[in-house]
Amino acid sequence: MKHDFQELKLDRVTRRFAGAGGNAFAALNELTLTIRRGEFIALLGPSGCGKSTALNCIAGLLPLSGGNIWLDDERIDTLPPERRGFGMVFQNYALFPHMSVERNVGFGLRMRGVRAADVAPRVARALKLVQLVGQEHKLPGQLSGGQQQRVAIARAIVIEPPLILMDEPLSNLDAKLRLETRSEIRRIHRELGRSTVYVTHDQDEALSLADRIVVMKDGVVQQIASPQEVYTQPANLAVARFMGYRNVLELGIERQDGDRVVLSRDDIRLAGVRKQPLSGGSACVAIRPEELTVDAGADAANSIVGRVDNIEYGGRDSLVAVTTRSGVLLHVRSHVPVAIGQEVRVHVPVERALVYPQGGSA
Amino acid sequence: MTTSGAVARAPFDRSLLLIVPAAAFMLLLFVYPFLYGLALSFEPKEGGALGNYRHFFTTDNLWPTIWTTLRLALPATLINVGIGLPIAYKMRVKTRYQRWVTTLLVVPITLGTVLIAEGMLTYFGPRGWLSQTLQVLHIYDGPIRLTHNYWGVLISLVISGFPFAFLLILSYITGIDPVLSRAASTLGANPAAQFRHIYLPLLAPGLAMCFCLAFVQAFSVFPSAVLLGSPAGPTRVISIAAYEAAFEQYDYSLASAIAMIMGFVQLAVVAAVLGLRNFFYRGPVTGGKG
Amino acid sequence: MNPGARTWLDRAWRGLLLGLMTLFVVNVGFMIAAVATSSFARRWLGTWLPDGWTVTWYTSAWKEFQLDWVLWVTVEVVFAVVGLALLIGVPAAYTLARRNFVGKKALMLLFLLPLMVPPITYGIPLATVLYKAQLAGTIYGVILANLIPAAPFVILVMTPFIEQIDPNLESAARVFGASTARMFWHVLVPLLAPGILAASLLVLVRTIALFELTFLTAGPDSQTLVVALYYAVFAAGVRAPQSVDAMAMIYMGVTLVWLLIALRFVNPTQLVSRVKEQPLTV
Repeated sequence: MKHDFQELKLDRVTRRFAGAGGNAFAALNELTLTIRRGEFIALLGPSGCGKSTALNCIAGLLPLSGGNIWLDDERIDTLPPERRGFGMVFQNYALFPHMSVERNVGFGLRMRGVRAADVAPRVARALKLVQLVGQEHKLPGQLSGGQQQRVAIARAIVIEPPLILMDEPLSNLDAKLRLETRSEIRRIHRELGRSTVYVTHDQDEALSLADRIVVMKDGVVQQIASPQEVYTQPANLAVARFMGYRNVLELGIERQDGDRVVLSRDDIRLAGVRKQPLSGGSACVAIRPEELTVDAGADAANSIVGRVDNIEYGGRDSLVAVTTRSGVLLHVRSHVPVAIGQEVRVHVPVERALVYPQGGSA
Repeated sequence: MTTSGAVARAPFDRSLLLIVPAAAFMLLLFVYPFLYGLALSFEPKEGGALGNYRHFFTTDNLWPTIWTTLRLALPATLINVGIGLPIAYKMRVKTRYQRWVTTLLVVPITLGTVLIAEGMLTYFGPRGWLSQTLQVLHIYDGPIRLTHNYWGVLISLVISGFPFAFLLILSYITGIDPVLSRAASTLGANPAAQFRHIYLPLLAPGLAMCFCLAFVQAFSVFPSAVLLGSPAGPTRVISIAAYEAAFEQYDYSLASAIAMIMGFVQLAVVAAVLGLRNFFYRGPVTGGKG
Repeated sequence: MNPGARTWLDRAWRGLLLGLMTLFVVNVGFMIAAVATSSFARRWLGTWLPDGWTVTWYTSAWKEFQLDWVLWVTVEVVFAVVGLALLIGVPAAYTLARRNFVGKKALMLLFLLPLMVPPITYGIPLATVLYKAQLAGTIYGVILANLIPAAPFVILVMTPFIEQIDPNLESAARVFGASTARMFWHVLVPLLAPGILAASLLVLVRTIALFELTFLTAGPDSQTLVVALYYAVFAAGVRAPQSVDAMAMIYMGVTLVWLLIALRFVNPTQLVSRVKEQPLTV
């Protein structure tokens, strides 16, 4: 069991389940990913995208239907979980209800045969790291959700694993606690420098925590990139939709010039940047609500005219629903105050109108 | 729910009356006879208040019945729980196989003790199939003696008691969140360690309960002891003594006394087992989510 | 779940458990088969298979043990017990599931006790009381006696059922103008129907097989099938064993029919388990 490694390589990892009617369906389809030492990787996607399956395969809780997993040059997908030496934090914490905090955290060390005299100081160090000193003798049932969560983290890190796996650890916490604990996780990761694979469906979490994000859908990897890139340059329409590109317009292609595309339909005419090869006569343009600006200026290029139908006040900005004459609904985040019924012109920079082929994983 | 009115006192919830028939029935037909029997046991035909009890403990065909019954009930329960546990543990995953097995095992329970007794007399008898098979395979020479003795009753207690213990333990085991053993395995526990450190402590209270229920059931053995045992001697269990007192000697007072003694012995064993369980964990068995 | 080789120790252990299970199931199966074979045998004395086959034992058993009368008594007792148990049990379960009141825990213990205490232990005092009330030996006494474990069982099965029904449904019905009785009939009972069916089948199967209580309280003309079978076996020395076996088969047939019907609707564990089919908090 290594305490450190250079690379964890997932090579075409596949996991199939028998689905309804006896057909096997791939919950995870050929995931290929190399995790470097010290990296924080987020597996991001909606329910059923295969992210938890991937995590369980890495942990050894699920056997692979295909592919391999390598820890440097050692093949580990044939090892049972108790021999892989990874730490794991479960969504429901999975704290042993009959053991105190101390015994819970020390369990992994005891299983590895660490001497009792060495267990106590290591447990104390781990509890100090998660800021739970003083709770050693409590039972899990006596702790709050946030405290239980920290015990689960302490239990995973005390064994000093080369890799820490986290399965949506924040999803059962309330909003405020979630933000606090998120910062804690980032801090702990920086202090320990261990590699982490983190599963979530919350894009805010993924963006704020990860060094690299793996966006998944229906068992297939959609994009592996840094948070900035996934946020500003989603690789396909599915990722774009998931990352908050709420405006998706189906328009006809007028002409293409390298990466630039001009599209139009009815009263809408836009220029955008192509992210994937286009075919056929139409394409989809994806635009973030924040990147649509409400302009009064008549010379605003690359703009659409419409009428304000609804305003949701949000403090520093408002979510404005703008409907064009042809009935297309746009979501706009506007700092500029507007009124319902007002005719507005919304403008988007050409580089921020991302064009994707039609019918690509809606 | 009854609304706690801001000003007036909450009106009497008439739906509470729904429980009265059941409660009255229980009191009348369970508690009352029990108390009546208890009182009756202190009014023997002769001798003072404790006459029945003294009679019981001094009569040679009465007081040994306690030991005889324990000699049957305790081993049977130990076998049923002891074998039921590992098999139920192996079966904890809900597969079609598991459903088949549970269905198969329910059959002997529903058939009841009388049918099992008759079946055993035919099959386990000296001229039954089992005896013949063993002779043909040269495992045993001569007719086997598994009926009309201690072994017959013991086997029948296992046949009728094992499925019950198994199913009860299975329901306890499936109540333990399987994610706990997964968590333990990521921390380095192999399957044996998972059982020892996670399942066993969490099961201990349920096992104790199962032992008590199975023991109480076995201790009350009656038709098997008559049909499959030799009720005059080695398998003269305490329920036979009570029955005889009531329906052969028409001494209801003595019969009640014997029933009380029987209940008392059961209670003593149950209390001992539950006392032992206090050494183990007694909290919730779902994975720690407050 | 484990990717990784199984040790031979693990394999041996699994083999042992499988072996024990098979031994158990096989022997019980052959035991039942032995009774069946004997009931159809003309003569069977210590050989593998009988001399010849006949069904006359069934007709002779029918006449000898007055099975038509016994079956009728059994039907009366069982259906009366099921009906009465539902009648007093379901309302009680509703109250326990929905309301909190002083003494609730004590009442719950009271209802649980008959299921914890074995029938013989409380059957003897019960028989004494019934004798005093001059109900002993009559069918009414038998029904009352069998009702004692039946009603609590209904309560035990129905309470989690009722708890599962969203109380907001009742509130919604009230808001829309239904009186308690109408709400019960139109909203609760249809939702409870599967639970009531399950409880009825479970009580039915258990009552058919319940020996001790009927044995202690029945008279010669109020015996259920299982008690009649007992007496037949008891006096077996005088009669040919085959007719007893024929009767045993009839008894088993009756039980199995209802058991199979019950298993279509309930999980096998509920037939015997005295705990709810839910994760436990001990």
